[in-house]
Amino acid sequence: MPMMSYIDAITLAMKEEMERDPNVFVLGEDVGHKGGVFKATKGLHEQFGEARVLDTPLAESAIVGVAIGAAMYGKRPIAEMQFADFIMPAVNQIVSEAAKMRYRSNNDWHCPLVVRAPFGGGVHGALYHSQSVEALFAGTPGLKIVIPSTPYDAKGLLKAAVRDEDPVLFFEHKRAYRLLKGNVPEDDYIVPIGKADVKREGSDITVITYGLCVHFAMQAADRLASDGIEVEIVDLRTVYPLDKEAIIEAAKKTGKVLLVTEDNKEGSIMSEVAAIISEHCLFDLDAPIRRLAGPDVPAMPYAPTMEKFFMMNPDKIEHAMRELAAF
Amino acid sequence: MKNITMPQLGESVTEGTIERWIVQPGERVEKYDPIAEVQTDKVMAEVPSSFSGIMGEHIAQVGDVVPVGDVICTIDTGEGTTEESAPVPQQTPKPQEQSKQTAVPQAKKAGSHARYSPVVMRLAAEHNIDLQQVVGTGASGRITRNDIKRVIEDGIPVSAPTPAPARAEAVVEQAQTTTSAPQKKITKETLDDNGDTLIPVSSVRRAIAEKMTRSLHEIPHAWMAMEIDVTNLVKYRNEVKDAFYEREGFKLTYLPFFIEAVAKALKKFPLLNSTWEGDVIRQHKDVHISIAVATDDALYVPVIKHADDYSVRGLAKQLNRLTTAVREGTMTMEQMQGGTFTVNNTGAFGSTLSKGIINHPQAAIIQIESINQKPVFIEENVLAGRYMTNLCISIDHRILDGLICGKFLQHVKFLLENFDKQQMSVD
Repeated sequence: MPMMSYIDAITLAMKEEMERDPNVFVLGEDVGHKGGVFKATKGLHEQFGEARVLDTPLAESAIVGVAIGAAMYGKRPIAEMQFADFIMPAVNQIVSEAAKMRYRSNNDWHCPLVVRAPFGGGVHGALYHSQSVEALFAGTPGLKIVIPSTPYDAKGLLKAAVRDEDPVLFFEHKRAYRLLKGNVPEDDYIVPIGKADVKREGSDITVITYGLCVHFAMQAADRLASDGIEVEIVDLRTVYPLDKEAIIEAAKKTGKVLLVTEDNKEGSIMSEVAAIISEHCLFDLDAPIRRLAGPDVPAMPYAPTMEKFFMMNPDKIEHAMRELAAF
Repeated sequence: MKNITMPQLGESVTEGTIERWIVQPGERVEKYDPIAEVQTDKVMAEVPSSFSGIMGEHIAQVGDVVPVGDVICTIDTGEGTTEESAPVPQQTPKPQEQSKQTAVPQAKKAGSHARYSPVVMRLAAEHNIDLQQVVGTGASGRITRNDIKRVIEDGIPVSAPTPAPARAEAVVEQAQTTTSAPQKKITKETLDDNGDTLIPVSSVRRAIAEKMTRSLHEIPHAWMAMEIDVTNLVKYRNEVKDAFYEREGFKLTYLPFFIEAVAKALKKFPLLNSTWEGDVIRQHKDVHISIAVATDDALYVPVIKHADDYSVRGLAKQLNRLTTAVREGTMTMEQMQGGTFTVNNTGAFGSTLSKGIINHPQAAIIQIESINQKPVFIEENVLAGRYMTNLCISIDHRILDGLICGKFLQHVKFLLENFDKQQMSVD
């Protein structure tokens, strides 16, 4: 099983899906000849030609709008937003059109569309290149929002997203692209959308998180293990709709729950996770549900010190874990 | 001597490969001059020197993949101490001071105004735990879910591993000076003034104490022991035990065979399966065998209901289920109640003779002692190595006399000595 980076696993998933199904195609800004600004579509233009790897104008609403039309017509578009920050002009297409297509047409039409977008901070991207946008779309029935945390999951989930019959937003943490490496099978496997994954078993506290924070939480958990504190880590993988069963089970297991996200705290995915736990787990809770998240300020700053203050890291998670373990 | 580290060479870049060293060890280098070429996923870049001086050691070699922030070489600036260069805006995060508050929570006594979490309240109610007896290890002595789990598993309140805090000792001293003051309640292991250890009596220990005292106080005990030859049983078990373990996943012990024989004998002598009720003796229809199971610090007596209905294999399974439940602390009240006769496997401790205290309000308890090979005369002047054990029985002399008791033991002895593979098969 080859070791590969998170971004190479994503490229491989698209390549395999395009080889498997001639209806799959890619469109976005600079995805063609350049292979994308992060090189996620590297090699696809050479292999599949410009008819299936489309360079588009700088117009996100058009990228998603075109993709919706193609999807309704029977194609399987993968639309790339160069940065998740730039998805805003396409919100109307995603929320009002793609998400509601099946419902509005009484099942006559549907929209098997994937929108890929790099998100998240910690790369000196500042205001326009660091945002977490998942919470903006969560709460829109008809959408699925997927955020993988490992190269293995990235490949399996992207393939599942391409094959899904309805629109999927696929957010990739840009700092994870080349930071995370892991074994990725060469065969055609799928990681199911809508299923969380226990990334580490533990009996003292439960950490529920997603994306790059899973990686940070695993590092922090290793440090706690040397002091005999065992941490259960659940990776949501799909942040909308949430895997309620897995969340409830993990919360009940230890009764002490820490929820971690890089997004601004208030109104984040973790707010919803906390609500699910408080609705279902009151008599299994041993401590208040805790959220560790970015501060409620408008954006990730550019100054390195301030970016570090905003950004999640293993030290912050370790500190919160120890506080909760000691409660 | 100063260190040069791998710089951050663009967004999302976390490492770089040393492509070529431009400045060799011993060569002069000026600040900002390129010293090496580095290849990343995105770009080929030159690493500038942060200092003027003489190139020291190339710590990273050509071809090495170096994470951002790791040292690649040293520069001798003519100054003594080694310092990190600081050209890299994004240093790997240093552990924060706060993360050093790593102390594993110390056990503390819960305050009198203790607040309990929902899960602690629920578990305490479900398992009948007196929270006043439990020592908390959480913040400010809060009782945590794990503290309760430990109590459920161990059967006793957790005792603090640390000596009592000085303040508590002061309170004890004060209490001792005024003779009328009530004895302070001991809630955890404490050393007294003489250096003796005071161990608090757990609820389980108290229950055992009360039951034993009541039994010995109320029941006139009489005792009897009988030596029996179990060579045939030993041979059979040795024959089948490996296959049994493979098939069932747990070890076949001797105990289920003894329980089988006892249950059969109880059917033949039902008076041993009874209870003294003052005006009447209640002779039980059902044979529910209590089994004494010891943990490190307590004794539990779960019950095999309708033991006479089971085969030896069935009994072995029931036994395994119950002992596992005791070990894991998952017994239910239902599993602990309704016993009509007790079998105690004292042989497990290596005992050869013992006087059991009857499990009140039953009429008798039988102790199965350890099996040992001994020289035994099997006919006149012929010695043989035989596997022997003792059956010891304690009886309620209000209900039972020596005669019936002897007959009962004789029957158990008969069943085991004339061990019949067909009758007691575990296949």
